[in-house]
Amino acid sequence: MSDQLSITQDSFGSILARAFRSRSFVIGFILTAIVALMAGISFFWTPYDVTKLIVSDRMQPPSAAHWFGTDHFGRDNFSMIMVGARNSIAVALVAVGIGMGLGVPLGCWAAACGGWIDETLMRFNDLVFAFPALLSAVMITAIFGPGAINAIIAIGIFNIPVFARVARGGALSIWPREFILAARASGKGPMLITIEHVLPNIANLLLVQGTIQFALGILAEAGLSYVGLGAQPPMPSWGRMLFDAQTRMVVAPYLALFPGFAIVLTVLGLNLLGDGLSDTLDPKLRRQR
Amino acid sequence: MAAYLVKRLLVGLVTLLAASIVVFSVLEIVPGDPAQLMLGMNATPEAVAALREQLGLDLPLIWRYLSWLGGFFVLDFGRSYTYSVPVSELIAERIVVSLPLAIISLILSTAIAIPVGLFAAARRGKAADAVSMGLSQFGVAVPNFWFALILIYVFAVWLRMVPAGGFPGWSAGLWPALKALILPAIALALPQAAILARVTRQALLEVLGEDYIRTARAKGMPWRYVLWRHALRNAMIPVLTILGLQFAFLLAGTIIIENVFYLPGLGRLIFQAITQRDLIVVEGVVMLLVVAVIVVNLLVDLSYALVDPRLRSRR
Repeated sequence: MSDQLSITQDSFGSILARAFRSRSFVIGFILTAIVALMAGISFFWTPYDVTKLIVSDRMQPPSAAHWFGTDHFGRDNFSMIMVGARNSIAVALVAVGIGMGLGVPLGCWAAACGGWIDETLMRFNDLVFAFPALLSAVMITAIFGPGAINAIIAIGIFNIPVFARVARGGALSIWPREFILAARASGKGPMLITIEHVLPNIANLLLVQGTIQFALGILAEAGLSYVGLGAQPPMPSWGRMLFDAQTRMVVAPYLALFPGFAIVLTVLGLNLLGDGLSDTLDPKLRRQR
Repeated sequence: MAAYLVKRLLVGLVTLLAASIVVFSVLEIVPGDPAQLMLGMNATPEAVAALREQLGLDLPLIWRYLSWLGGFFVLDFGRSYTYSVPVSELIAERIVVSLPLAIISLILSTAIAIPVGLFAAARRGKAADAVSMGLSQFGVAVPNFWFALILIYVFAVWLRMVPAGGFPGWSAGLWPALKALILPAIALALPQAAILARVTRQALLEVLGEDYIRTARAKGMPWRYVLWRHALRNAMIPVLTILGLQFAFLLAGTIIIENVFYLPGLGRLIFQAITQRDLIVVEGVVMLLVVAVIVVNLLVDLSYALVDPRLRSRR
């Protein structure tokens, strides 16, 4: 347990250097970087304009001019995947932000207070867990109508109890430690102790959970936009591209192939990144290997 | 144990009650008058008012909530606004598709995941472990509806072994009906199996480091017996927890998968109801799924005690 404390005193550089010795971290980092780069570049440049419909170019198989072919409106699939990456990342990232921003304070609060506050908060957690993310998304759409923002809210709400649970579990293991006792003896209140001592010590856990929820968010967003509840056309999204591909699969199977690969590689990259991070940041696990 | 059981049941009930309030109030704030919707825009105000009275929409909010909630105990979920049939009838028609689908995929995923996890844990650090865990890492990342599209292309379009979608109904015979559910079940099960296999392996690795495993091996017990009899049983608690969570995922997953395969299940029903603003159907289906999730999690909690006798006395 004592070496977990020393981790937080390691410099960021040395943690990074150690992380890059982990194979999953490196592969995950490369995959994630590629997707992030594609999304970033799409703001300035895409091979073709995704809002322009060129009917004469429709349903072209992959070629030198259109790497991933074109869809039923003559739009370039590669450009669509680049812009779709932007959408996926934005939705999943904001949803993780909502989950962390609300869940972590709630979890830390529950751990710091204990008693009935803890019990009540955890029962609220159970309540949210009883609604599968997709189901709450469907309900939210029933009220506010489909769209990227509502997809973010739906996925974000589901992230709150996840982070609350992780933060509470982590914080509960920190509170009985001697340095917390020392901090209390010096007259620090629960709020200050949480910020100064608990949070830095559970940051590892939260970071790893963050990558996992990020990956799950990408999957959930794809699912929602596939059934038409996510980003609305003409905004390209990976899930929507798969929906459009389904009816044309017999003549153009490549349409379904590339958006799917984009999702798989992104999620795979994030999961590997998370694995690599938890190996690096948790010395207890590292010793087991 | 009895005290624990009672407490767990009470918590489950309170969660259910809270969930019903959430569902009811969320759909209560949706704009639009069901009576107006059913009669169309040209209906006279008198006709709308009459229908509102008939549907009980003019009653106070709390009264409507209580009668809606009370209905659940006698399986009366109200009448559909668009079809004018009891919601319970619509649900009964659809659940015979969704429930078998969820159960088949749960069985499939368990049947794949536990042997793979066991296999990988037993050969920890060897090539077989690396390959199966690499594959599972890939499986976790595959969206089930994309996997479904690939399955349709290979087995329905290309090999023509199974239908690409639709459901003939159980009256068409067991085999044709099962045939229509095979691809959706596989599509749902495989990504879940990948997660479950990883959890099984991890749980087993932790158990295999215990003293009693060493003792069992030292007294000459065959490795295979040690694995199945001692290790797997003790590794069951995390596996059961994930299985319970997965059931919720599978139920929600059917919402999307049913759309891929055009299966007339609860998922399709909820989508139709949303597009037709048939909110009472949405409420009914959502509540049913929430009840299922809560009950399954309750069962999982209780099953811990079955798996681990130590927990029986401790609580």
